[in-house]
Amino acid sequence: VNCRQIVELMTDYLEGTLSESDRRRFEAHLTRCDGCTEYLEQLRTTMKLAATSADQPIPAELEAELTRVFRDWKGQP
Amino acid sequence: MTLVDPELEAVRSGDEGAFEQLTRRHYPAMLRLAMAYVRDREAADDVIQEAWLTFLKTLDRFEGRSSLRTWLFGILANLARSRRRRESRFIPFTSLFELGTRSRGPTVDQRRFGPDDRWQSPPPSWSSLPEQVFESKETLAEVRAAIDMLPRHLREVILLRDVAGLSGDEVVDLLAISPSNQRVRLHRARAAVRQRLEDFLR
Repeated sequence: VNCRQIVELMTDYLEGTLSESDRRRFEAHLTRCDGCTEYLEQLRTTMKLAATSADQPIPAELEAELTRVFRDWKGQP
Repeated sequence: MTLVDPELEAVRSGDEGAFEQLTRRHYPAMLRLAMAYVRDREAADDVIQEAWLTFLKTLDRFEGRSSLRTWLFGILANLARSRRRRESRFIPFTSLFELGTRSRGPTVDQRRFGPDDRWQSPPPSWSSLPEQVFESKETLAEVRAAIDMLPRHLREVILLRDVAGLSGDEVVDLLAISPSNQRVRLHRARAAVRQRLEDFLR
């Protein structure tokens, strides 16, 4: 296996869908390849950043509207 | 087996504060997802409101087989997608960006590998960068912009997986796509966002 192939298997690796033997080969490659190790680390960083990237707070009008919706729902028998 | 979610129980019993907390916490990711389908912020907020209404109306049918998050984002994605279908005759079907995005082939510029198929131009190390760079507003804005530029079929997957936090199986069910297709889309999306970050942090 080479770097060109390994980079395309990164998500399968992270998802845990590689076969046992492929996973071993993947990990063996990483132990001797700084470029692929860095690439995998960067994908992990990308995932973390994506998770914190949504930061728009709820607008006050929508919040008030939702409270009204909740009270209506609660008031129903 | 039924898992009891204390937060959900509080909402069920009519606790307004618990409901407000829930809506506040999920709003940022809900907005990002809704915006992937509808044309503007106003339409997105409309769909989000509709999603919460549906959430409350179906609360007694929710049995805890999926997480609250999955259930909520499932409702939202379905509403936003059907709204988009209704509006689609007013919206250009594909943007020029989408036309230019390849859906197959390698996700890394092939010129970065040498004739031996190893890195010739490896990704520059990020570990030497100051920690604050990864928490800055500018970096997060870059990530958002990178996600926004993805064609919709990639964008919806990365939003559901990495922004909203759903599992792969949940996204497969929600979008009715195969597990391998889900992984391919996720991979392409993450690779594109990583590349844009690399350019930004260089």
